[in-house]
Amino acid sequence: MSRYIAKRLLAAAVMAILASAVIFLIANLVPGDPVLAQLGDIAASDPATVARWRAKWGLDLPLWERYGIFLGGLVQGDLGMSIATRRPVLDDIIQYAPATLELATVAFLLSLAIGIPLGIAAAVWRDGWVDSLARGLSLLGVSAPTFWLAFIMLAIFYGGLEWAPGPGRLDPIAFPPEGPTGLFLFDSLWAGDWETFTDAAAHLVLPSIVLAAATIGLITRTTRAAMLDSLQQDYVRVSRAKGLRGWTVVMRHALPNALVPVVTLGGLAYANLLAGAVMTETVFAWPGLGRYTFRSAAALDFPAIVGITLVVSITYLLVNLVVDMSYAILDPRVRR
Amino acid sequence: MDGFIPPHALQPVPDVPVLEVKDLHTVFMTDNGPIHAVDGVSFTVGPGETLGIVGESGSGKSVTALSLMRLLEEPARIVGGSITFQGKDVLAMSRSELADWRGDRAAMVFQDPMTGLNPVIRILKQVTEHIVSHGRMKPAAARTRGIELLRRMGVAAPERAAASFPHEFSGGMRQRVMMAIGVANDPALLIADEPTTALDVTIQAQILDLLRGLNEEFGTAIVLISHDLGVIGTVCRRVAVMYAGEVVEEAVTAEVLADPRHPYAWALVNAVPRLDAPTGARLTSIEGTPPDALNPPRGCRFEPRCPFKIARCATDHPPLMEVAPGRRARCWVTADGRSLPRPTLPAAAEAEIPLLAEAPLLEARNVEKHFVLRRPSFMKPGLTVHAVNGVDIALHKRESLGVVGESGCGKSTLARLLTRLHEPTGGSVTFEGQDITHATPAAMRSLRPRLQMVFQDPYASLNPRMTIGDALAEPLLAHGRVPNRKAADERVRELLSTVGLKTSFASRYPHEFSGGQRQRVSIARALALNPSVVVADEPVSALDVNVQAQVLNLMLDLRQRLGLSYLFIAHDLAVVRAFCDRVAVMYLGRVVEEGPADDVLSRPLHPYTVALTSAIPEPGRQRVVLGGEPPSTLRLPRGCAFSARCPIAQPACEERPPLAEVASGRKVACHFPGAFAPRTLSRLETVR
Repeated sequence: MSRYIAKRLLAAAVMAILASAVIFLIANLVPGDPVLAQLGDIAASDPATVARWRAKWGLDLPLWERYGIFLGGLVQGDLGMSIATRRPVLDDIIQYAPATLELATVAFLLSLAIGIPLGIAAAVWRDGWVDSLARGLSLLGVSAPTFWLAFIMLAIFYGGLEWAPGPGRLDPIAFPPEGPTGLFLFDSLWAGDWETFTDAAAHLVLPSIVLAAATIGLITRTTRAAMLDSLQQDYVRVSRAKGLRGWTVVMRHALPNALVPVVTLGGLAYANLLAGAVMTETVFAWPGLGRYTFRSAAALDFPAIVGITLVVSITYLLVNLVVDMSYAILDPRVRR
Repeated sequence: MDGFIPPHALQPVPDVPVLEVKDLHTVFMTDNGPIHAVDGVSFTVGPGETLGIVGESGSGKSVTALSLMRLLEEPARIVGGSITFQGKDVLAMSRSELADWRGDRAAMVFQDPMTGLNPVIRILKQVTEHIVSHGRMKPAAARTRGIELLRRMGVAAPERAAASFPHEFSGGMRQRVMMAIGVANDPALLIADEPTTALDVTIQAQILDLLRGLNEEFGTAIVLISHDLGVIGTVCRRVAVMYAGEVVEEAVTAEVLADPRHPYAWALVNAVPRLDAPTGARLTSIEGTPPDALNPPRGCRFEPRCPFKIARCATDHPPLMEVAPGRRARCWVTADGRSLPRPTLPAAAEAEIPLLAEAPLLEARNVEKHFVLRRPSFMKPGLTVHAVNGVDIALHKRESLGVVGESGCGKSTLARLLTRLHEPTGGSVTFEGQDITHATPAAMRSLRPRLQMVFQDPYASLNPRMTIGDALAEPLLAHGRVPNRKAADERVRELLSTVGLKTSFASRYPHEFSGGQRQRVSIARALALNPSVVVADEPVSALDVNVQAQVLNLMLDLRQRLGLSYLFIAHDLAVVRAFCDRVAVMYLGRVVEEGPADDVLSRPLHPYTVALTSAIPEPGRQRVVLGGEPPSTLRLPRGCAFSARCPIAQPACEERPPLAEVASGRKVACHFPGAFAPRTLSRLETVR
């Protein structure tokens, strides 16, 4: 088991280095000139100003040298300066990441908490009303566009019924909790500030539902299919022949075998939630990485784009690492 | 299990039958109407009794077993009759009563041990969870009992096994675990559905012994479902023969075997090749297939296929009648108590004598095949599977050579080496005088037509999207044997009639055929290019006994008509005996005994051959049950490969014995040929 983990870790490290090279290369090869995007029309027409700018940001150096500088900085935890915000990219990411992390994690847990039980119930009562409901919900979740769903939810639950608070992470007049992580739920609990906690939680409800909608659908479907397959296996019949009760058979014998594809999907889904919250963050005025990414891309802010991409790819690698380890926990045949 | 018997097991319920089934009807609801899978089945199993249920696939025997435990799943449903267990109505039990009863008083062991154990749960948990859930024991006590059960079932190193996961075990060991699960709560009734079908013959013998032991020591009543009357004969005193959802004969097993009173039972008994039958004889087989389950015939369901039918059979459906004391049969012919005549076998047509003097057609010299596995890590050397380790074998013109052995002995790899589907790691292979050891695919292409192969699973080897006609025409066109498609179709019709299929079948797809018909198609495909040698890898082992007899008869006929030579790979010694002139017995990648099939199988000289022949479940035969399982092919033993399991192993066996000729035409790789001959084997000639 420990060897299996060591192997996966090593592979992940190699992948991270490769990813950094690919990301850097591609970011610098795309057409588009950050200098022209940064400078105004008049400044950009003056070759001397342009050259000064290029020299300032190191854009006049050959590509390999720039990669060398980038790698050198990277090992010291320096992702370079953002051209747009004039701040270290790492500082920017540290500022925006917790909001996204919190939103994506809540959405992910929500997907699991709804998707897995719904999928199990749909498989157990196949072709019954639960199954129809599950299939209908997952179709809706997968096919409803995020901007539409976000708008409808806001219109109904904030504008109409006033059950949910409006956009943002907290009430506009509330102060963000002091804390080490930037995750409001965690920090407010850490500080024992119950009022801020409930406020942050209430603000998470709508965006996390919107963000999770597609994932809930996918997880429900995958769980249902895997459970149907698992319930038809011989060992399930054997466990019924042993005289085990219906739900013991389902939860103890069928479910663990059905979880492998669900974990695979879950890992992918979590990474996607982290990287793909742009639309939701925009509608809900969520100060997260998604919006930062969008702004950086619009400004052709290469250091920021490279930094974000690197963070996202490392997140993917970490999530995959966790997924691989869960396989080993779920299936003894993988442990080698 | 002394000291572990729960108190309830000590209170026998006297005189009440353990299981009483009356007029059971189970149907499958389909879009075309209900299929009557079990159609009015009745039988009784007394305390400590053993009943076998035999029939071919589709006869309803497994559905009967599932019905007994009420384990049917949609769309199957019990629609009539009654099942009574120790006086309690099983069909009236509530879900919760059912769960209390199952796995406690009545238990079931299923066919496939590879899929029957949950891959993610430790063995001990799987053996003991229902001891705890039925409230028989606390977890700690159940743990002790679980290990004890594993030990009793012959699981090696039970403490370690208990902590393992199923994938760490062989099929035989897993079936022992399944048995331990079945008997964990000392059930009054154990239903075993084809428990040994997936296992090798020596392992099968071990499992059947366990079943018999359970019955004798603990008085567990047993219902054993099997397609093999021999298997049932070794465990069960009584047998019910099922055909098309009905019991057609019920009697003491030995009586059915000696004197079957229903023509279907008669066909079952006589279709099985026996180890003591003359070689080269045709097998008794009945034509046709089981009736359409949606519209069974009005009269006797066996009437369309019955060789003994009389006028009444077509119109009146016979009831199960008493034909002799304690014997019941569903047949108008034997209703008056008469026996059915012995089959009249057409004397084997003068078999063409194999041309042993000529140079062999196909020959392997010291051929080896090693498969290198992926390295487990950078540090460790790669593992090697030693599949075939120096085999000399020669197939002559018009000869049938059988290669027998248990799974993993290298017989299939040998077949693939001889047909050059694999390239040998060492040694040489010659075909029609040409060295083909390292022949290029292009060079093989011109030889392929003369060297054909038939595989075990005809369904897997036929393209599901090609009609049979296209599949058969393909090699003809590819090798330019026919000028055009029209001529190819002509030849396809000829081939189909050669293998006994209707010429109109050419336009059908593989899924429209039964297993036996598909194997005929595979044979037709092999014959299409006029081969001189056909290598057949377990061609009949997936077929029901009657279909097996049909296919074997076909292959015998073809050999005579076309002058073919067969290399016949099989695990079933009786089939080999019926079909082959010579036989080679393989163990761990080497030939351990070779010679005329007749001699080798009736007077085996190698202890492994002795054990193999004695493990065949023919009733009346006392068996040498071989302990253990074949060693791993990853690390070959230095000395005699069989010494670890050999009952007469001596220090001399540390050195590997060569395959030496000990009598005319007989070769044995043993330091003590013929030394192991248990007294019981002398009964072999007198079984019938």
